[in-house]
Amino acid sequence: MDGEDISNPLMEEMCANGIAAVDDAPSSSTSTTELKSRPIISGEQLDIEAYAGLYSGRTKIRRLIFIADHCDNTAMQLEGLRMAYDELKKGENTQLFREVVQKIDDRLGLNYSMDAAWCAMVDRKADQRKDKLESELNAYRTNLIKESIRMGYNDFGDFYYAHGALGDAFKSYVRTRDYCTTSKHIIQMCLSAILVSIEMGQFTHVTSYVSKAEQTPEALDPITSAKLRCAAGLAHLESKKYKLAARKFLEVGPELGNSYSEVIAPQDVATYGVLCALASFDRTELKNKVIDNINFRNFLELVPEVRELINDFYSSHYASCLEYLGNLKSNLMLDIHIHDHVETLYDQIRSKALIQYTHPFVSVDMRMMADAFKTSVAGLEKELESLITDNQIQARIDSHNKILYARHADQRNATFQRVLQTGNEFDWDVRTMLLRANLLKHEYNLRASRKI
Amino acid sequence: MEGLVTQIQGLSGTASDVLSLQNLLKQADDSLHAESTRLPPFLDQLDPSKHSLGYLYFLEACTAGPVTQEQASSFVLTIARFISSCVAEQIRLAPDKFISVCKRFKDQVLLLEEPLRGVAPMLTAIRKLQLSSEHLTALHPEFLLLCLLSKCYKTALSILDEDIFEVDQPRDLFLYCYYGGMISIGQKQFRKALELLHNVVTAPMSTVNAIAVEAFKKYILVSLIHHGQFPTNLPKYASSGAQRNLKTLCQPYVELASSYSNGKIADLETYVEANKDKFESDNNLGLVKQAVSSMYKRNIQRLTQTYLTLSLQDIANRVQLNSPKEAEMHVLQMIKDGEIYATINQKDGMVRFLEDPEQYKTCEMIERIGSSIQRLMTVSKKLNVMDELMSCDPLYLAKAGRERQRFDFDDFDNVPPRYNI
Repeated sequence: MDGEDISNPLMEEMCANGIAAVDDAPSSSTSTTELKSRPIISGEQLDIEAYAGLYSGRTKIRRLIFIADHCDNTAMQLEGLRMAYDELKKGENTQLFREVVQKIDDRLGLNYSMDAAWCAMVDRKADQRKDKLESELNAYRTNLIKESIRMGYNDFGDFYYAHGALGDAFKSYVRTRDYCTTSKHIIQMCLSAILVSIEMGQFTHVTSYVSKAEQTPEALDPITSAKLRCAAGLAHLESKKYKLAARKFLEVGPELGNSYSEVIAPQDVATYGVLCALASFDRTELKNKVIDNINFRNFLELVPEVRELINDFYSSHYASCLEYLGNLKSNLMLDIHIHDHVETLYDQIRSKALIQYTHPFVSVDMRMMADAFKTSVAGLEKELESLITDNQIQARIDSHNKILYARHADQRNATFQRVLQTGNEFDWDVRTMLLRANLLKHEYNLRASRKI
Repeated sequence: MEGLVTQIQGLSGTASDVLSLQNLLKQADDSLHAESTRLPPFLDQLDPSKHSLGYLYFLEACTAGPVTQEQASSFVLTIARFISSCVAEQIRLAPDKFISVCKRFKDQVLLLEEPLRGVAPMLTAIRKLQLSSEHLTALHPEFLLLCLLSKCYKTALSILDEDIFEVDQPRDLFLYCYYGGMISIGQKQFRKALELLHNVVTAPMSTVNAIAVEAFKKYILVSLIHHGQFPTNLPKYASSGAQRNLKTLCQPYVELASSYSNGKIADLETYVEANKDKFESDNNLGLVKQAVSSMYKRNIQRLTQTYLTLSLQDIANRVQLNSPKEAEMHVLQMIKDGEIYATINQKDGMVRFLEDPEQYKTCEMIERIGSSIQRLMTVSKKLNVMDELMSCDPLYLAKAGRERQRFDFDDFDNVPPRYNI
């Protein structure tokens, strides 16, 4: 990957912003040209092999299939499907295999067509193994040895998972709960349950098992706690709680490394964390938790564009920040967890940028602002209007001269107005209430007199 | 008959005499009614200002039967004179008779198609019958009806400005508030209209009545004009019957309100066109048109929140008007009505929106706040008084004692169980 492409637009942005940030420009460009280590999530087109190399297990296959489904480039599609096929041949999931073969549709030649013999063999072996496991489990159950029963169910869970029967896998893992004796067992069960739940897309289970695992009396080792935080972050992301997701991702320790490759790669942690933080944190939190966060810096090194992005945002170089975002978008849309949320996050980040830009000023020339954000004045006016109506910016637009004036509400007048209004409302409420009470009394008296 | 007349003349002096006179008159009532045709000449022998009670009985018997057109005009004169000169304490002894006389007066005035003649006498009648200015009599709605029909709204406003706290008959209240609402709408006092119509719609009623339905239709429209929105649910204190049924009975209006809240004028206008007949048959078409034009006002008001200056062309575009000229007219009208603060620069075709110039620093404002405080304190005191009266009321105590188990133990500590009067 080259970093040279990135430095040129950066220089242009500096000049366009009209900010003499001469000090910043050379340092950032040199840092980008130096870096060669794995800028996989970047503005460049996705290198599928490198991307797939980050993951292992079922998620690798699912991601490859997702990319193949969602990208327009046929070469990339076929590449993805080919790698999925190879990966599946190493495993035992015949159902996914059939799916992938159907998608390939004989476009990759004879080597990549339906291998019915292999499928039949795998299925046969699976049946045999299943019978064996069952008999073993029954034996253990009659012997009532807790540990063996637990391992039996665990093996069942692994078996089902390998064959793609996720629901059964989940049930088996959950059944081990009754036979867990140490915290380690519980953690193992929780991690397995979490893995299956993420694959199934049922993130409510993820949250509950994460909290279960974190409640164990023993201290967790750093890798496990990092894994749990990643899982929790993913669950929050799925339920659109971006602030909580950001917090969780930012707390992930650098010990994670590649140990959770069945679920998430460290690059993802960085990207998700930064995007959610940008969309939901205010400035102080952004500085404390992201920019000054030493642990998180390790993750940010893996995705230099994202790091640049957040530095630009913090130092108000909005045009370049938004450009980075635009470049990243196409690759982010190919990621299974974040593709739904990209639009929302981007909108929120853009609004935050607009608000932050106008915040320190009493009056802002909208033409300069439009240049800084690389839009037209008319478009900017529309965006500002919707932000003002939502009460996110306190300002008013002078449409004639195209200036935005900050408007600070006059507290004193507002208080007087509210006081008078509250007085009127109270007066009205009490009067109507007394009237209604009188009517009720009348009605009650009528009824009482009728009874008598 | 003559004997009765002399007794009336004799016993109309002191209060105790008047009471005994009342008993006599009650006994003689039937015979009076039997001889109604012979009575008019006797009326001349009685002086309404001194012998009000007797005169009332005679008058009531006279007017009891069907009345022809010629008789009507002479009766109208007699009754009007009676009302203006009678003594309030005496007629309050026989309020039903007085009310029925006045109602017949109203009928005759309407028969003659001269409602204006009835307005002033009716006003006097109300003042004489009322025990206090907070008391609603059966004559109030009649009075408002006459005002409506004769289009003299200003006189009605003086009555409407008084707050009502005591009601004899709920039906009177409904009619009073409904007519009052209509008069306020005619005077463009939408806040008062909203208040009155709100009272009808949320009054306790066991079954929904037609007055409430009509009032609800107008309530929706006035709410749209005044507030720019209509709360989809009636407040919790409205009767359950009203909450359930009113909306289904006034379906086209509810849909109008929801179309209004979408903010698209074109849709609103098409909807109004489509349902024009329904609105017209309810005599609400004028009000509907006012609601539609109020939408333009709302949109322009919203613009004042976001813009300092805006060109007339832009205003026309955003508010979906046809041309800058129309926009200018709307803005001009709103500035005159005091709904927005702005200046129009015709040279540039720009409108500059200004802040509310009220600084809350003047003497008038201080006086206003002071009088507000006073008013609120009076109302609060009234509320306290009512609360105390209620807690001593034997009926209330009986019910509270019976239902003690249902409520929190602390609330009813002082009430012995099974309290019997």
